[in-house]
Amino acid sequence: MDLDPVFLSRVQFAFVIAFHILLPAFTVGLASFIVLLEGLHVVKRDAIYLRLSVFWTRIFAVSFGMGVVSGIVMPFQFGTNWSRFSEGGGNIFAPLLAYEGMVAFFLESGFLGIMLFGRKLVPPWAHFFAALMVALGTLFSSFWILSFNSWMHTPQGHELVDGRFLPASWLAIIFNPSFPYRLMHTVTGFYLTTAFAVLGVTAWHMKHGRHVAESQRVMSMTVTFIAIFVPAQIVLGDLHGLNTLEHQPVKISAMEGLWETQSRAPAVLFAIPDEQAERNRLEVAIPALASVYLTHSIDGVVPGLKSVPPGDRPPVAPVFFGFRIMVGIGLLMLAVAAWGLWLHWRGRLFTTRAYQNACVAMLPAGFIAVIAGWTVTEVGRQPWVVYGLLRTRDAVTPSLTGGDVLVSLALYAIVYAVVFGAGLFYMLQVARAGPPDHVDLRDAKLGERPARPLSGADA
Amino acid sequence: MPFDLVPIWTVILAVAVFMYVLLDGFDLGVGILFPFMRDEDTRSLMMSSVAPVWDGNETWLVLGGVGLLAAFPTAFAIIIPALYFPILLMLLGLIFRGVAFEFRLKVTSHRQRWSAAFFGGSAVATFFQGVVLGMYVQGFTVTGQMYAGTTRDWIAPFPLATGVGLLFGYAMLGATWLVMKTEGALQNWARSYATRALYGVLAFIAMVSLWTPFLHRQIAERWFSFPNILWLAIVPVVTAAIAYVTWRTLRRGGDYVPFIGAMGLFAMCYLGLGISLFPYVVPYVLTLWDAAAVPSSQMFMLIGTLFLLPIVFMYTGWSYYVFRGKVRGDIAYH
Ligand code: HDD
Ligand code: HEM
Ligand code: HEM
Repeated sequence: MDLDPVFLSRVQFAFVIAFHILLPAFTVGLASFIVLLEGLHVVKRDAIYLRLSVFWTRIFAVSFGMGVVSGIVMPFQFGTNWSRFSEGGGNIFAPLLAYEGMVAFFLESGFLGIMLFGRKLVPPWAHFFAALMVALGTLFSSFWILSFNSWMHTPQGHELVDGRFLPASWLAIIFNPSFPYRLMHTVTGFYLTTAFAVLGVTAWHMKHGRHVAESQRVMSMTVTFIAIFVPAQIVLGDLHGLNTLEHQPVKISAMEGLWETQSRAPAVLFAIPDEQAERNRLEVAIPALASVYLTHSIDGVVPGLKSVPPGDRPPVAPVFFGFRIMVGIGLLMLAVAAWGLWLHWRGRLFTTRAYQNACVAMLPAGFIAVIAGWTVTEVGRQPWVVYGLLRTRDAVTPSLTGGDVLVSLALYAIVYAVVFGAGLFYMLQVARAGPPDHVDLRDAKLGERPARPLSGADA
Repeated sequence: MPFDLVPIWTVILAVAVFMYVLLDGFDLGVGILFPFMRDEDTRSLMMSSVAPVWDGNETWLVLGGVGLLAAFPTAFAIIIPALYFPILLMLLGLIFRGVAFEFRLKVTSHRQRWSAAFFGGSAVATFFQGVVLGMYVQGFTVTGQMYAGTTRDWIAPFPLATGVGLLFGYAMLGATWLVMKTEGALQNWARSYATRALYGVLAFIAMVSLWTPFLHRQIAERWFSFPNILWLAIVPVVTAAIAYVTWRTLRRGGDYVPFIGAMGLFAMCYLGLGISLFPYVVPYVLTLWDAAAVPSSQMFMLIGTLFLLPIVFMYTGWSYYVFRGKVRGDIAYH
């Protein structure tokens, strides 16, 4: 069997980006959460927020470190494996990456040291400010990288000259048609991912009767948050889908598992798509429903996969199942939010065992939804890197052999397994220990206190 | 014809790469010195001296890489594929070294294991950065604006030698940084290792300076042709002077001068390299102008860069200011 450098490069890219995205999915939300806690501490002067902030900052430190190192790998992928994409598209996307680097990473990393180590060296407001800058940095990161990614899906504002994309209008490039939807849906998804992770850890402490005051405070905060943002995320997802229908109809066909272009299109609940036979097996569907939610009219026409030649269709199964996993999790999240509200109303939010178990079980839900959603997005774009303009197979580095990529992929797999395995282990260890009982902000230099006030609580 | 932005971008990129080498150089250097200090608590102190700043330091690498892509996309598309494995191994090294900070300082179990990862990651990343440098000077096989060599071209004497040379270089930066940031026994220890690393660095500077003129006829011509040789002779003379001052202050006390001297040596090597290679961005194949991005892209980025870079310098400065002075044992993660 010949090793195909294109296929292996795709696997490698998907592997490294999927690992990377898990960390921003957590740190973007966590950074904002810490800012909220610090802000509440500064305003309300209640030490409970300080203890919570110290606790979550420790977890943030580990995950941010992994986010950074897995991120540094990313831009080099465009050179090592997708050099023809860099050569052809670099004039467009490289400035967007450069803006990300300058605005976001320097902001994050410049203030990160102070956020993580400076608690005793600067006054609380300055510490709050540093945390705020880190959080803003993560949001700017998401802004620029998603602008770039969205341009690959809905390219505009460029001219094609000798196979190279040259910029014509920067505003059109940055604010390309799918960008606003992708930005909103992704950032909200990140916030929800964090909220469910925080809720899961908190519910676990509650179950074991530890850190009662802290856990109750956080649980009310997160339940309120998800009650607002899960419904919002579902609406945003729907809007995103409508935008995709307009610009990438074939992706929608694959998501819906529809082969024929038809009006009164059914909503396929389950099926096993068969690409050879160009039909679904074991299909379970609700008639006409897809037309209703995609076109908002029962007679609306929804395009099918057969509307384009087989060579222009994405792989159907990953898109189809990825979409169902994401939406399924979205609905589960909705259930958890509704249940939480109801318990809150009945005054039983902190005492219902079953709810605590459900929250613990939902801890990884956001991460799974994010990976599933991105699989839908990226695999659904295939066989194009720049939708409709540059094919994936024309983007790969010409000097690469399949063997080269196999070696690098294997090395990434081994290193990531070790490093991220250890990271997860330590994060859980810190999470299990919970917030410290006492935080002392006085400076050691002044000799007012023992050298390591937190050492008792250090995991 | 619009205003030529290529020189401006050349300077920005050169500054970014140099900032990276200096800044990440000293924190990688601290990692390289780990096996020579066996006491885990002292190691923690060494690590704490760089922990608050390593992340910002590494960001210059991103800016260097992305800046090359943004300003000279054609060069990026040739150089990076040619360096497929050195870059891969460098990145994997940086991963180990980066997470070792969080894991080792954060969690008290498995300290020795993450010390080993910290050293291994630092050493591997440094060595392969040296290989990248050597490969760059040695040059790439190019046909039709694409890299046409193999992914194994870097396994050659010159790149491997520069890899080892950079290990000494970063060790010197790391040790002189520790001289500046620590006191007492650890400082004396750092002084002695800084001196040893300095000897290694000088040996490699001499070797590489003699070797490069044989790699490319153009380099020999640039340095040794008549009037050039007169004013270019300043470079080795200044280098020798800096080396002498560094060596003396390492023996005689002086906390800051050795670090400044070490940075000066790097600056001189960098300058020498620039003299050898200008105006090429892919040595002896593509000039900076051949590989440049279109003016509109360069302009769009320049607006942001000129506005943001000063701000970046400002708060990087603030962060170094907050953590100024000798490192303290109690500023681990809280
Ligand atoms: C917590 C995470 C989360 C949750 C609960 C949902 N999504 Fe989502 N979704 C994402 C996280 C996400 C994502 C990972 O952030 C994606 C990948 C790319 C993007 O823009 O957002 C995504 C992509 C994505 C796309 C692909 C658009 C494209 O690339 O063309 C659609 C159509 C939807 N979503 C729709 C939905 C619907 C109808 C949901 C209702 C239940 C839903 N999502 C819940
Ligand atoms: C953030 C989460 C992301 C995930 C999980 C993700 C996932 C994937 C996957 C699964 C593939 C392989 C598709 C296939 O089967 O062929 C892929 C390809 C690719 N993606 Fe993404 N992607 C993400 C974001 C991005 C972003 C932000 C960019 C651009 C900045 C990007 C650029 C690419 C490129 C260049 C390829 C390779 C060419 C291709 O196969 O399309 N991706 N990605
Ligand atoms: C949806 C996709 C992505 C999002 C939202 C995202 C967001 C982030 C965020 C928030 C960070 C900060 C670290 C952290 O919070 O864990 C980060 C780090 C990083 N990301 Fe991504 N990223 C994405 C994909 C990519 C891609 C495709 C690249 C490659 C071009 C990339 C390059 C980097 C780099 C280089 C870093 C490290 C920066 C540093 O030195 O601080 N990211 N990313």
